[in-house]
Amino acid sequence: MNHASQLALLRSMLRIRRTEEAIADRYAEQEMRCPMHLCIGQEAIAVGVCAALSKGDVVFSNHRAHGHYLAKGGNLNAMVAELYGHSTGCCGGRGGSMHLIDLDAGFLGSTPIVGGTVPLAVGAAWASSLKQSGQVTVVFFGDGCFEEGVIHESMNFAKLHKLPVIFVCENNNFSVYTRLNERQPERPLYRVAEAHGLAAYAGDGNDVEEVLTISRTAVGLARQGQGPQFIELHAYRWREHCGPNFDDELNYRTAQEIKAGMNNCPVAGYTRKLEKENGNIHLEIERYETEIRQEIAAAFDFALSSGEPGVDDAQGKVYA
Amino acid sequence: MQRPDITFAEAIREGLDQAMEKDARVIVIGEGVPDPKAIFNTTAGLRDKYGNRRVFDMPLSENGMTGICIGAALSGLRPVMVHQRVDFALLAMDQLINNAAKWHYMFDGKASVPLVVRMIVGRGWGQGPQHSQSLQAMFAQAPGIKVIMPTTAYDAKGMMISAIEDNNPVLFIEHRWLHQIKDNVPEEYYRVPLGQAKVLHEGDAVTVAAFSYMAVEALIAAKALKSAMGIGIDVLDMRSVRPLDVASVLNSVRKTGRLIVADTAPRTGSIAGELISQVAEQAFDALKTHPVRIACPDYPAPTSHFMTRHYYPGPQTIADEVLKMIGADKTPANYRELCALVLHDGPHDAPNRGFTGPF
Repeated sequence: MNHASQLALLRSMLRIRRTEEAIADRYAEQEMRCPMHLCIGQEAIAVGVCAALSKGDVVFSNHRAHGHYLAKGGNLNAMVAELYGHSTGCCGGRGGSMHLIDLDAGFLGSTPIVGGTVPLAVGAAWASSLKQSGQVTVVFFGDGCFEEGVIHESMNFAKLHKLPVIFVCENNNFSVYTRLNERQPERPLYRVAEAHGLAAYAGDGNDVEEVLTISRTAVGLARQGQGPQFIELHAYRWREHCGPNFDDELNYRTAQEIKAGMNNCPVAGYTRKLEKENGNIHLEIERYETEIRQEIAAAFDFALSSGEPGVDDAQGKVYA
Repeated sequence: MQRPDITFAEAIREGLDQAMEKDARVIVIGEGVPDPKAIFNTTAGLRDKYGNRRVFDMPLSENGMTGICIGAALSGLRPVMVHQRVDFALLAMDQLINNAAKWHYMFDGKASVPLVVRMIVGRGWGQGPQHSQSLQAMFAQAPGIKVIMPTTAYDAKGMMISAIEDNNPVLFIEHRWLHQIKDNVPEEYYRVPLGQAKVLHEGDAVTVAAFSYMAVEALIAAKALKSAMGIGIDVLDMRSVRPLDVASVLNSVRKTGRLIVADTAPRTGSIAGELISQVAEQAFDALKTHPVRIACPDYPAPTSHFMTRHYYPGPQTIADEVLKMIGADKTPANYRELCALVLHDGPHDAPNRGFTGPF
């Protein structure tokens, strides 16, 4: 991989990290009045997968969607405005953090009902298959979603029709505060997908290049008509399930575990790797930090200065 | 001596605890039940006390787990399932409606499903289209299922115990904004019968039949109307959606001649509409004017707090409707007093000024 592409991956992760941190910092102002699930610590998955996609490919996501949306090219201004419930938001304020959409970027929607968008992705892939459009569809979901019946129904149908869909499982080991081993028997998730006949991969979700390499293989095969692909990526959720804070005081995970999770930081880890391979990159990073800080500040300015919707805006569009 | 008041959430916890203590067949299962937040503390300590063979977390498999609980109920257990948001229970509609609701009937009464499913209705802080639905009418449309919505802490405990003892599937729908409200709850094990409305306030002018959190709002309106204008209204806390206590509403309407039904759900197809139909069928002669539904508008609750500002009806809506219905003489002075008495304390998307979540 060339140096410029590597730096682009780093920058993209950094941009998501700083956006999430800016949201966390401002959440206490109580002006973003909606539930907020931050993806800090899980940026490499969004970035690595989306880097393997073409502009015309499409993505569906879940409650923890900010990273997926941004990595796919979703409009930052429209996202931040949406968090504030303003009419310039990507859903005009109707959705908030848990419901993002940017059709221009190929981000077809995210919803918080677990598993809700998985069959939609299969449907989108079905349509592209019938239309022979060459489009690939990705759906992001968590390890909790793997317990929903609908995902198995979706994999079955996707395999039956050899649909160009990539199932991306972000395994962060927690469903809210409940560990995977309290919810599922001990076996790799991707092996279950294999049993459905899918080509399945597992990788380190903290390693953006590994994510990208696996995703390129999967996307390539899907685009060639080789059918659905399943990627399980391990990652760690740094902060609380829902909200801007750390939640160490709840004691559902040990301090050592949190420390180990944060030591695997995808951004810091990749920075170290690039420095080892290419020498000092702190000038580039400084530039990215400045650009990103300005972009985020502009997005918040945009959001805060844009229109507050009225009650009338809540009506209408119930039917097409 | 009467102990200090406890919250609706604590009352649920106590009801579950005492039912589990009394009957080893009772099990509690749900996503988050034993976790540090314990479903807004309604299940706190149960795992420690009764162990992990009776208190479980659950995979995110709503339909499958509901079927598994139905199977367990058919086989002698008394499961209580919990959904932190009612919206997730929609994934289990097949098992609830096709199996739980029908089993007793279609097998000629040879088996029954003693299952309780708790479902929490969200509101405020941008819960939005998929985390704040009020689906009671949808569930109640299925014969064979009971749907209850207690409002007070006293009823939350007593109806929880009755629901667990009931041999039918009972959907126990809790409005999240009720969880923090306190009232007097006896320490002992007691039952509150399912399917009976309760009179919260008495008066002759209008009957207000209210469901769940709307009963809290109706009571505020009733007290303000009385105090500011001397207008007395009946407020019935319906407590149950199916069976629906039409008889109590008829009794009141025969006295007042006027009916307002206040519901937490969107208007069209609401249980408010069903209650009005039944009153119109059975006591049309007693009505001095057409009944009125007070409900949410016919569009989903948006996330933006700017857009929800007037989404939910409240005590002001109820008071205004009462005044309109009776053609009350209101003066600027007494109307101002009324409005001050029903004014919401704090941001409109929180139950009160002091409430900081979780929502």
